[in-house]
Parts: sequence; structure tokens; C-alpha cells
Amino acid sequence: MAYSEKVIDHYNNPRNVGSLDKKDPNVGTGLVGAPECGDVMKLQMKVNPDTRVIEEAKFKTFGCGSAIASSSLATEWVKGKTVEEALAIKNTDIVRELALPPVKIHCSVLAEDAIKAALSDWKTKQGETVNPAEAKSAH
Amino acid sequence: MALKIPVYMDNHATTPVDPRVLDAMMPYFTEKFGNAASRNHSFGWEGEEGVENARAQVAKLINASPKEIIFTSGATESNNLAIKGVAEMYREKGNHIITQVTEHKAVLDTCKRLEKYGYEVTYLPVEKDGRINLDDLRRAITPKTILISIMYANNEIGVIQPIEEIGKIAKEMGVFFHVDGVQAAGKVPIDVQRDGIDLLSISAHKLYGPKGVGALYVRRKNPRVQLSAIIDGGGHERGMRSGTLNVTGIVGLGKACEICQQEMAAETKKLSALRDRLKNALMSQLDECFINGSMEHRLPHNINISFAFVEGESLLMGINDIAVSSGSACTSATLEPSYVLKALGVGEDLAHTSIRFGLGRFNTEEEVDYVVSRVAETVNRLRELSPLYEMAKEGVDISKMKWTAAGE
Repeated sequence: MAYSEKVIDHYNNPRNVGSLDKKDPNVGTGLVGAPECGDVMKLQMKVNPDTRVIEEAKFKTFGCGSAIASSSLATEWVKGKTVEEALAIKNTDIVRELALPPVKIHCSVLAEDAIKAALSDWKTKQGETVNPAEAKSAH
Repeated sequence: MALKIPVYMDNHATTPVDPRVLDAMMPYFTEKFGNAASRNHSFGWEGEEGVENARAQVAKLINASPKEIIFTSGATESNNLAIKGVAEMYREKGNHIITQVTEHKAVLDTCKRLEKYGYEVTYLPVEKDGRINLDDLRRAITPKTILISIMYANNEIGVIQPIEEIGKIAKEMGVFFHVDGVQAAGKVPIDVQRDGIDLLSISAHKLYGPKGVGALYVRRKNPRVQLSAIIDGGGHERGMRSGTLNVTGIVGLGKACEICQQEMAAETKKLSALRDRLKNALMSQLDECFINGSMEHRLPHNINISFAFVEGESLLMGINDIAVSSGSACTSATLEPSYVLKALGVGEDLAHTSIRFGLGRFNTEEEVDYVVSRVAETVNRLRELSPLYEMAKEGVDISKMKWTAAGE
């Protein structure tokens, strides 16, 4: 299948690959997807509790090129945003940016889920109440 | 010799036409263009001669008589003709067909259609090594059984079924035995007498012939197999397959069979050595790799490996100068991984990480070494990116985790 140039770029040069210390109270971790479905994304963000600004974001993804690109893009987008701004990112924004075909839309959904899961983990650690719809990380 | 990029290692999908095959075909496009059914002039006779010569070449490859070879448009048609042809012809005798779960879709979907018309089909399971259990087969046969259809070798994992034993059981029980021989013909010795095969499907483009032509072997005695045609018309091919013969294609198929027959022993030796070189290098350079299917009962040019924690499509994307294929169906609308691997009991997580390597006549040692280095480097790079690899290294049992799926 033909990939868009942006997907190929993220696949060849993934941004922000790696892991943050998941025990750090300021780090939220989201792990979404399932190996049987062929996609698992781990997204981690370090948030400044005073400003609520995402200072660092890291990812690791098991999945096709579009899944890798979606999560790589997500880390780029959330950095520098506040928690509320990051939660406003929609999967359709990712679809548009990466020109994902219909069969790859689930990759963008997973990336949105990963952002939400990571931030709800962070909120829980901070003692904030979490909307149950946001909390669906693997465990 | 300099390495030529991209490297083709997907010979279960198709093979290039051997130049010797092309040479044999060429005159039949322009000079000897006659219709093989034109009985009253030399143009027709030349065409007929080409066809009859090819019929003998195909027959010789599988130890059949030339009169038992029917030319078709390819193995999909051959499979359809064999199964539907027997089903219709012997409807009075019974309505039960036995096949197995890792067959090609050309067999499975033909059987599914027959189920809609009131036939009953048993889909035998396979063992972990990819082969059917003969006791399962014996138990599945009923007085209503008219046909057993089992492939010679599988297109994804190259596993060879116990054909000779199945042939014996079929004969004993008085049931016809059809074999989809697409991947095996020309690669391993097929003998329709020894193997007790009553119908055998062959495709030209899998054995270095052209696309769009195939053959069906139909046994003429002990027992004689009759078929209802699925294409009606001018009564070509003893009424079993009407339509003007594709003379150039048939000549190509014949020549391709002849070359395979003459060179099989040497080619098997060369390809199994290349395949083992590929397999051994990959398995020693990478951890957490798993071979899918039996190594003992396997085509010499096939290997299918799951590279755990690396999704197949992303691996293919990283080795885009190498043509292989993946058992991950991430590109398909269903998102279901290979049904063949699933039938072997390979977990869906591992099925998503599988790659099929199909070596062929024109592959070289240099190409194998190049493929090994590209695959190893890409697997390592993607594992650095894989949360599953990280978790496995931390000792997390991934199978015991509770996962979420997208959009839930």
C-alpha cells in the first residue's frame, strides 16, 4: 500500500522514541491497543503540575507504519501544550495531517486514546478526579 | 555479480518467466498463431502440435498420461472445475466434501459456495505443524462423501501434507481425491500414481511459466473421473473446458514443466541450501524468532518466521527494497491476521509478526545475505520502538495483560 510522505517520514525518523520513569508522580503513562490486534501504543508525558504544561513526551509503538506515525506525531503535538489543550486533540486531526486512508483510521483513534489514557494516569497521580471515559489504559 | 535491488523473494506469489520458456512461446504469438481447433489447415495443425507437445510435458512432470491433462486459465479455475465438476456429476452418489482449514481461498470459497447449494463440507483442522491428522480424515468420511480436496503444499508456510497416505485412504473408501498442487508442482516430485491423486490443479506462473494458464489432471482409469463442465461452449478439452485454447500460454506451461522436471533435483539442492542459509542466519542473529509450520515436511524454498514484538507490515515498510510478504493483514479491511497461522495455533499476536520468504530459481547467495542483514537491522530498529519488546525484557508476561482495543 502507498503511504503518504508524512507517514514515511515519521516511520523513518520517529520523534521522541523512548520511555520516561513511570513511577515519577509527574509522568502519566498510557498503554493502549492489543498485541492480537496488531497495534500497541505506549505514550508517556511529563507534566508540570503548576503550569499544567506537557514538558516532555515519549512513545513506543508496536504496529504498522501508520500506527508508528500517529503516535510519533502525537508526541510532537502534545509537547508544550497544556493538559486541557492536549485532551482537545482529535483523531481526525491526525488523519488529516498524515493523510491516512480509511483502513488506517483506527491508528489515529488509538493515538487519541493513548493521549487520554496518559493524561488520566497523570491526573490520578495528582489526585484529580478522572472522567471514566478517559481512563482505559491496559493494565 | 553486482547485487540487483530490489530483491525478489516472494516466489509463492508468482515467479518470473524463465527466458527459455519465453523463447519457446515466442513463435506462437506471430508465426504459429493458428487456432488449435482449426482442423483443416496447417496454421491450426501447428497450434495443435504446440498444445499436444505441452500436454505431454505437463503429464510427464506428474507421471500422468497426456490425455488426462485439461488446460485452464489457471489454478483457481482448475480448483473450481475439479470441485464443482465432481460435486455436480456425482450429486446422486452423495453431497459430502472433505477439505481442510489451511487450503487456498480458491478451494475454501468454492466449497463455501457449494454449501449454499446444499452440499455438506467438513473442514478438517491441522496439527501444530500444519498437517492434517489422518485419523480425523478417516473419521470424517461417510457413505455420502464424494470428494477429498487437500493441497499438496501450503502457500504461506510451505508445509507438505501426507498426500500418499491420504490417497490410499481415498482409494480404500472409494472417494475421489483432488489435490491443489500449485505450490508443489515442479518443486517436489509429484506422482499421481504413487500418490493416488485423481485430480490435480497446476498453475504456470508459480513454476516460471506465464500468468493466465494452468492445468487440471483428471484421472481416466482406476477410477475414471467424470466432470460436469463449468464453462460451456465449443466443447474443447473433451467437453470439460470450452474456450479457444491459449496456445502461447499452454506452450509456456509445457516448457516450464519440462525445465522443472529436468532440473528439480539440482534446484531443490540449491534452494534448500539458500533457504537454510537464510533461516540459520536470521535465527542466530535475532532472538525471539519462531518458525511457523513443520521443517521436516516442507517445500525446499519456503520459510515462514514470526519476529516477535515487530508488526509485519511495519517490517515490510522497513525492508522496502525486498519483496516478501507478511501474515499480518493490517492492510486488509478485516484486520484479521493469517487464517493459516491461526489454524496452526499460532497466537494472533505472533501471526501479526510473521514474514514469508519464498526463494526461487534466480535468487543468489548474495541476495540471501543482503536480505538477512536488512531484516536483522530492521527488526532490531523496530524492537527499539516496540513497547512489547521492552515489557518482555522487563519480564512482563504480555499474554496475561488486560488489553484495550481502539475505540472501545
